[in-house]
Parts: sequence; C-alpha cells; structure tokens
Amino acid sequence: MSLSILGVIVVGQWLVEPLQFQFVRNALAISVLLGILCAIVGTYLIVQEKGMMSCVISHAILPGISIAFFLGINLSIGAFIAGVISAFFVVFIRASSRIKIDTAMSLILSSFLGLGIILITVLKTNKLDLSNLLFGDILGVTTADVWETAVITAIVLILTKLFYKELQFYTFDPLGARAIGLPVNTMYFGLICAITLAIVASMQTVGVLLVMALLTGPAATAYLIVKELHEMMIVGSIFGILSGAIGMYFSYHWDLPSGPAIVMVIFALFLLALLLSPSQGILTRSRRRSTNP
Amino acid sequence: MLEVRNLAVSYRETEAVRNVSFCLQPGEVTALLGPNGAGKSTLVQGILGLIPIDRGSVKWQHRSLKDQLKKIAYVPQRTQIDWDYPITVQNVVMMGRIRATGWFRSPSRRSREIVNTALQRVEMWEYRQRQIRELSGGQQQRVFLARALAQEADLFFFDEPFAGVDRKTEEILFNVFDELKEKGKTILVISHDLGETLDRYDRLLLLDKELIASGSKQEVITAENLRKVYGRHLQSMA
Ligand SMILES: Nc1ncnc2c1ncn2[C@@H]1O[C@H](COP(=O)(O)OP(=O)(O)OP(=O)(O)O)[C@@H](O)[C@H]1O
Ligand SMILES: [Mg+2]
Repeated sequence: MSLSILGVIVVGQWLVEPLQFQFVRNALAISVLLGILCAIVGTYLIVQEKGMMSCVISHAILPGISIAFFLGINLSIGAFIAGVISAFFVVFIRASSRIKIDTAMSLILSSFLGLGIILITVLKTNKLDLSNLLFGDILGVTTADVWETAVITAIVLILTKLFYKELQFYTFDPLGARAIGLPVNTMYFGLICAITLAIVASMQTVGVLLVMALLTGPAATAYLIVKELHEMMIVGSIFGILSGAIGMYFSYHWDLPSGPAIVMVIFALFLLALLLSPSQGILTRSRRRSTNP
Repeated sequence: MLEVRNLAVSYRETEAVRNVSFCLQPGEVTALLGPNGAGKSTLVQGILGLIPIDRGSVKWQHRSLKDQLKKIAYVPQRTQIDWDYPITVQNVVMMGRIRATGWFRSPSRRSREIVNTALQRVEMWEYRQRQIRELSGGQQQRVFLARALAQEADLFFFDEPFAGVDRKTEEILFNVFDELKEKGKTILVISHDLGETLDRYDRLLLLDKELIASGSKQEVITAENLRKVYGRHLQSMA
C-alpha cells in the first residue's frame, strides 16, 4: 500500500512540479484551447471527408508567413490569407476542369510550399525559425499566443453554436441544404476560414507539418465511439486536451520535440479506440456479435 | 401547378437535358421514367436550381419557383448521402423542420410533434434513437420520407426512392404518396420500374435527354416509345 502512495506522490510531482513555470502553464492552457478548437473544426473536416484539405492548407500557409515576416506584420494574418487562398484554388480547379480533387490538392500543396520556400530565400526571411514553424514548440508558447488562441476558439465556438443545425444539415446533405435555400457557399467559406484559423492557431504548438494530426486525430477517435455530431465535438475535445497535455509533459520531462510527442499520444488514443470502441472496436465488435446475435 | 418550360441543362461537354417542357398538377403523383443516364436526376436538380440551367423557366403557381423554396421537399438519390454520418434517425427527420424553425432558434414543441408523427407514419418510431448507419437501405429511405413529410411542403420530389427497397417500404411509400395526393400536394417520383407499380401513378413522363412522351400509362408505355428509349441503348450495346 505504501508503494501505491509513493506512486501517487511521484506521478503527482511529475505533473505538478513543472507548473511552477509560466511557460508550462501557458503550454497547458494552449493545449486545452487547441483541444477544443481542433476537435470542433476537425469534426466538420471528417464528416465532410475533407481531411486532406487540412493538409493542403497547413502547408500552403508558408508563403503567407514569409511575406508577413518580410513586411513585419503578424504572421498569423499572412498565414490565414495564404491558407484561404489555397483552399479556393483547389475548389476552383475542381469546379472548372475534370481534374479530381486529390490531384488538385497535391498540386496546390506543393506549389504553395515551393513558393513559400522561394520567398523565404528571396526575401531573406531566413531569420524565421523554420524548424519551429515545421515542428512546433509548445514550451515556447507565450501569453500573447494563449490569448490569440483563446479569441479564435471563442469565435469558432460561438459561430458553431449559432449555426449548428444549419451546418449539420449542410455537411450531411449538401444538395438537400441547397434545395431548401440554405446559403451553402457562405457556409463552405465559413468552414474553410475556421479550418485555416485552427491551423494558424496550432502552428506554434505542433508545427505546420503535424497540425493535421491535431485536427483530424482526436475527432476521428471520437467518431469511432459516438453517434451524434455534437458528441463527436465534445468527446473529441476531451481527447484533444488529453493529447496536448500528456504530450506537453513528455516534451518537458524527456526533452522531446512537442509536436511529435503530441501526435504520438493522439495516435495511441486512436489505436485504443479502434481496438476497444464499444460499437466499432475491432476487439469488442466480434464479442458483441456473439452475445447479441 | 408546376410549369417547366424549355428546360435545358448541360455538364461541361455533355448535354444532359434538352428542351423539356411539362406541367405537374396538384393532387397528382407523376412518375419520371427513363434509362440510366437519361437525365432524370439532372432534370430534377435543374428544376430545383441545384445546378445551373442553360435555358428555360420553372414556375410554381405562376411565380418563379426559386423564390418559393420552402414549398419544396426534395429527397436526393440515396447514393448522394454519407450514411456513416454521426446522426440519429430523429435528428435527420428534425432537419425537415429547419426552415420552419429559422436561424438561431431551437425546434418548437410543434416541430417535435410533427417529427414524431412523421416517424410513426413511416414505421420508424422504434428506431428513432439509432444512428443512421445501423439501418437497412429501405429503412434509410423511410427516414428520408419522414424528413420530407416533416417539411410540410406542397411540392415533393423523390429521386429513386424505390432503389433497393423491399415490398413493405414500397407499400409505405406509395401509401404516403396517396395521402399527400389527397391533401392536394404535387409529387414527382423518379423510378426505373416499368412493371405493375406504374398503375399507382396518375401520370407518367418518359425521358431520354428529351421528353419522349407524357400522359397516361396507355399513352406513354407503347411499343414504339419503349423501342425509342430502351431499344437504342440495346443497339448501342451490341
Ligand atoms: N456531375 C456530372 N458531371 C458531368 N456529367 C454528368 C454529371 N452528372 C451526370 N452527368 C451526365 O449527365 C447525364 C444524365 O445523368 P443523370 O444522373 O441525370 O441520369 P439519370 O437519369 O438520373 O440516371 P440514373 O438512372 O443512373 O440515376 C449522364 O450522361 C451523365 O453521365
Ligand atoms: Mg439519377
């Protein structure tokens, strides 16, 4: 028994001791915020089968970042504009030619990435910490970052709440939504903006290369467990927060890069759900069939 | 009365619907027939303004249908829907109340009653808490029928509601069509079935890019018309 008390104390210390530092508290706060933000946005991504769109946007923000850095304005603004433009290129190519969506996406992703790297070279913005940008550094999150993310999360939460039933209709049955006269183009634009905002907000924490994991992973894990859209958002948020926080502790204690650490936690949770989900788990499904024919 | 005049719709290279004109009368169930690729879905989507049309006009009670969207209930072809979407049966039916509910509000008690009645009517009440993924094809079709009923529309469009459904669902669908008809609603049903179910419609439209024939079963299902529409496809296969 004394052994288990000792265990609790050790784990407790492992969890509490880092909290004396402001940067750890910031990291924890941003984990919570991003967990919520990415789960909500990621839920829409998944049910619309647009997971790859997050991949495109996250790479395509690079030129925006280098231009913003060159001009000395907020990097997030540049990133946001470039991200939204890239999404529209994809939609434009798809709508005005026979090119399939995945081809359009690959093309736009690599072109924007290429442009971004050229701009970094030409504009001599190589003082930009590229490695941080690509892989993130949750322990480098500032209080200002936390506030920026809090504002973005609040906006997305409020808009989701206000337009929940319309967005649900649109993502479930786009044709039917258009038929009853919902403004489907505006809703699509809104979703693209929300995805881009979530990516911009997550950039600092997990980096542009791994942000899709944060967007799609926790929501996908929830997708295996729940049966309603709002449950997917809530459960996804919990997984997202857990992943961010646990990954942050791993990163702190073992000096791991934070982005990859968080992604590994996300994937571990996903695997657990895949194996053990009550309704769709690989291990639980066969058992349920045999007891409940 | 729904009045479709000289409607033409094309996709990039292909002309899918050419110069189609017809009227639908309240209190009638009309079948839209034709082979695969005849342009049936395209015609309906053109009427509803879901895809851009090249030419033509669509009027409901002598006014443009575009301005009266809340009078319409449209049930898309089942293949258009992602049946893995995380939503339960009753919430799909509640989507039918979205126009009546309006922005920023939650469904009224009356809406909930309408949804319950619709679910009972299509015999899906016991399944209301199920996720739609856990339903059979026929049950999924009945959920969409319930959603259309919940809309309390005047004009109903069904795209292949009978695809892959059993006799029971077929019976429910036809009975509901009859009830709607009694209430003076206007109903258009896309179908492939040239068999005995044709007797359950008041009027038939036979489409193969153009409108080949329209009218009663005797007028439309003639050897010549069928040869025109289906024969050509057989020839092109040979
Ligand atoms: N999105 C699209 N892009 C290009 N061509 C299309 C598209 N949708 C349909 N078509 C073409 O338009 C024609 C009419 O198609 P439509 O789907 O309206 O036929 P249908 O009568 O509904 O067929 P089915 O019985 O198979 O549902 C077909 O030749 C089809 O290949
Ligand atoms: Mg069709």
